[in-house]
Amino acid sequence: MTADALQVSFWLMCAGFLAASAGVLAPTPRLARALTAIGSVGGAAAAAWLAGLVLVGPSSLSIELPTLLAAAGGVSFHLDRLGAIFLAVIGAVTIPVSIYGFGYAAAYDGRYSARWIALQTGVFLLSMCLVVCAAGVLTFVLAWELMAVSSWLLVITEHDRPETVRGGLWYLAMTHMGLAALLAAFFLLGQQGTTAWTFGALRGGARGLAPGTRNAVFLLALIGFGSKAGLIPVHVWLPKAHPAAPSHVSALMSAVMVKLGIYGLLRVGLDILGGGPTWWGVVLVAIGASTALTGVLYALVDDDLKRLLAYSTIENVGLIMLGTGAGFVFLSLGQPAAAAVAFSAALLHVVNHAAFKGALFLGAGSVLHATGVRDINRLGGLVKRAPWTAATFLVGSLSIAALPPFNGFASEWLLFQSFLPGVASSRASVAVLLTLGVGALALSGGLAAATFVKAFGISFLAMPRSPEAANAHEAGWAMRLGMAILALACPVLAVLTVPVLSAIGGALAGIGGLPAASTTFSMGIILETPQALARISPVAIMAVLVAASAGGWLGARVVSRGLRRVDDTWGCGRIGQTSRMEYTSTAFAEPLRRIFGELYRPTDDLTVTVQPGSPYHIRAITFRTHLHPWFERGVYDPLVRATHAAASRVRALQSGSINAYLAYIVLVLVVLLGMVIGF
Amino acid sequence: MFDMAGIAVEVGQALLALALAPALAGFIRWMKARMQNRRGAPFWQPYAELRKLFRKDMVVSRHASWIFHLAPFVIFGSTVVVSLLVPVLVTPLPFNAVADLFAVVYLLLLGTVFLALAGLDTGSAFGGMGSSREMTIAAISEPAIALAILSLALAAGSTNLGEIAARTIARPSSAISPGHVLAFVALFIVMLAETGRLPVDNPSTHLELTMIHEAMILEYSGPYLALVEWASWLKLLVFLALAGNLFIPWGLATSLAPSALAVALATTVAKLVVIAAAVAALETRVAKLRLFRVPELLAVSFVLGLLAVASSFSVR
Repeated sequence: MTADALQVSFWLMCAGFLAASAGVLAPTPRLARALTAIGSVGGAAAAAWLAGLVLVGPSSLSIELPTLLAAAGGVSFHLDRLGAIFLAVIGAVTIPVSIYGFGYAAAYDGRYSARWIALQTGVFLLSMCLVVCAAGVLTFVLAWELMAVSSWLLVITEHDRPETVRGGLWYLAMTHMGLAALLAAFFLLGQQGTTAWTFGALRGGARGLAPGTRNAVFLLALIGFGSKAGLIPVHVWLPKAHPAAPSHVSALMSAVMVKLGIYGLLRVGLDILGGGPTWWGVVLVAIGASTALTGVLYALVDDDLKRLLAYSTIENVGLIMLGTGAGFVFLSLGQPAAAAVAFSAALLHVVNHAAFKGALFLGAGSVLHATGVRDINRLGGLVKRAPWTAATFLVGSLSIAALPPFNGFASEWLLFQSFLPGVASSRASVAVLLTLGVGALALSGGLAAATFVKAFGISFLAMPRSPEAANAHEAGWAMRLGMAILALACPVLAVLTVPVLSAIGGALAGIGGLPAASTTFSMGIILETPQALARISPVAIMAVLVAASAGGWLGARVVSRGLRRVDDTWGCGRIGQTSRMEYTSTAFAEPLRRIFGELYRPTDDLTVTVQPGSPYHIRAITFRTHLHPWFERGVYDPLVRATHAAASRVRALQSGSINAYLAYIVLVLVVLLGMVIGF
Repeated sequence: MFDMAGIAVEVGQALLALALAPALAGFIRWMKARMQNRRGAPFWQPYAELRKLFRKDMVVSRHASWIFHLAPFVIFGSTVVVSLLVPVLVTPLPFNAVADLFAVVYLLLLGTVFLALAGLDTGSAFGGMGSSREMTIAAISEPAIALAILSLALAAGSTNLGEIAARTIARPSSAISPGHVLAFVALFIVMLAETGRLPVDNPSTHLELTMIHEAMILEYSGPYLALVEWASWLKLLVFLALAGNLFIPWGLATSLAPSALAVALATTVAKLVVIAAAVAALETRVAKLRLFRVPELLAVSFVLGLLAVASSFSVR
């Protein structure tokens, strides 16, 4: 493929997203939404095409714009295969999400400015694509910051809700904390008198850095990129900000944007630094395991459908980080084949999670659109009122619970397999750590199944628990189309596991000394990990499962007489079932909440009002419960309090009198002059 | 190994498992009855139950959705797929190459998830309670299963069932290695939880405070109930066959010769009878645990699995 085709698709991608931003000039909200959708779909298609060209073709994209921001060294782009994997994810998710957004944002017409949403969406999408295309520090940081600010503006779209603004504030603070860490990491990387701030130059210089500097760069990058990805303990903004955004933006943030944190970590840790000592990987595995477990445990007990999904994103980032960490461990132990499997498993989960989390967030958006309710305890019965939404949400739930025959199963299976050579490792400490990692992986898989049985079962099945749910309606065509594409992607990606893995293997080949893809897996219909640790064929499992279920259906049809009577659900002889007899979301999670009670430490408040005559005749029971996550209680609350205290001290300076301010200026000048003379 | 004869034997083996499953359930019930000084129904009673249920009309709740109608087939289908994978008579089979022990676990979890969804679908308080408890137990038994698999895989160098069985046949001494025994006990405990046996769940109770599996299937009747029950019996047989043939694989046929198959059939039935008798004896001796004591039991299983993995380090 010629370099021209790459350049053309790059500029088409930019043009598409800029056209989406041009919605800011549209005269009517409907036109603004249409322009956003069409521009975004066009830009995303060009992005996916560009990624595909880089993945299959021998050449990569390179664009130098030395005159743009010349004082800072100019802007430059370079897209290699690692970036192309992520660009493909961005493009592929953006298309259905933008179609969905056209329908979803219609509810905002007249309440919030569709023009501003258009501008921010275009900039947000473009900046995400440019992050993975950036060839140097300046371009990367510019795109990164543009992404942060535009997504923050999108988060606070519903700016008249206090919790939205609060969530946005958390996001803004955390993302800039992360940016500070990133800048520090990049400055440390470039301190060897580098003048060229391209990643290629940094890669060359990184070999000669002192071990202490390399460690500092790695840890700073972990904090900076981890705060975007949602790693513990810098994930705290994610469950506040992701649910607050409009649902299609939540889908983009959870399915795509968090993955750019993973991208950054791979770019700096694996590509530029080329891996490091074993403890890097150990730290990543430990953080990954605790992120996965914390994420899923809080998802399990959350009653807010969108926040539940946000916590589940944290869990999945933890799973990805488990694979990444195992990869770093194997790389440091001189087992590049095992490392390649682990990194491939992580990237496969990046791709798969984008599909099912996108579908789930769009589904949650449709529920919110149809009922105005996010509290699962007030939903129910939607499977009859919104069958499309229910079906897509079910597919997403089964996929995210890692159940065959969907794509989540393929990547979690590979994550398990990637740990096995490590458990067989000769280093006992590594073996024990990875054994516990397998335990964490399995427990989070099981808890995710429970979480999504709750999320789907309580929200969509049985009888509606509120008038809003009873009067719910199905989503419009654009929303249905967007959800259907992403839901369909789940079984399709399961079938295409082997081709996707070979693309990932090609992207990883050569980065940080990883071997070529062809030596990593033996791939046909059957996927085989190296040293024949295991073999699997998602396609065959899917075919046999469908055949066996159909066989059961056919057999039952032949032997039974097919007579059916519709009647009430059995209620111990009581007639007239109401939704108050159903299990609720809180009740469903209660056993697990009690088992892990030491972690949650909920504050429960139970009030029983009895009849005046007898203590056995109960008039009413009120139950309130509140969970304050431990990391907020233990880490962030003191921090916030200290910041407030410091700020109120500083406030004393601000008297509001001009004279005082002039005095400050004079004082500062005197001090500065003194310092200069002192030198 | 993608030969027609192999595939025919594989399908035949799955059909045999399907055919034997009701007898196994009936046998455990009969054994329990004898141990409790009752006469008990004959072991073929479950066949009569299936025949009756398939002929009966169905009552379906007015609140049920298509999930309720889909679930019995998914539960049945996923269990049948698992029975294709587990070495009942012959190892290795063609299907061994397309799925491993992790796939077995997640296929069974698929059935569990659909059962839990069906329990929620009719809006009954019992169904919700059963679903909640079932998912709780399923979730916390996952790590124990994973570690048991891990220790088997470490010994065999693979997670595929054929390789694990072949390895033990090739090196008989490994069957009494500490890792192997510990993994067996760990998997046995998890099996009790997964198949809803005492002390985790009581298969013969309909007391609302204690039931788990029965609570979820309360709304099923007629052919649907027949499919769900058959699948749960098949799941029991699959787990017992796993326990028998992975840890004590002797007698398994390694070729398709008729004589080897006959020996395999006889030894597999003998192993199933012995383990089923052990389950019956256990169910007669122990009382059901409180729901919140079940995590402790599963934690024991997890620790045993961890020890099994650790012992395979020390042996290495």
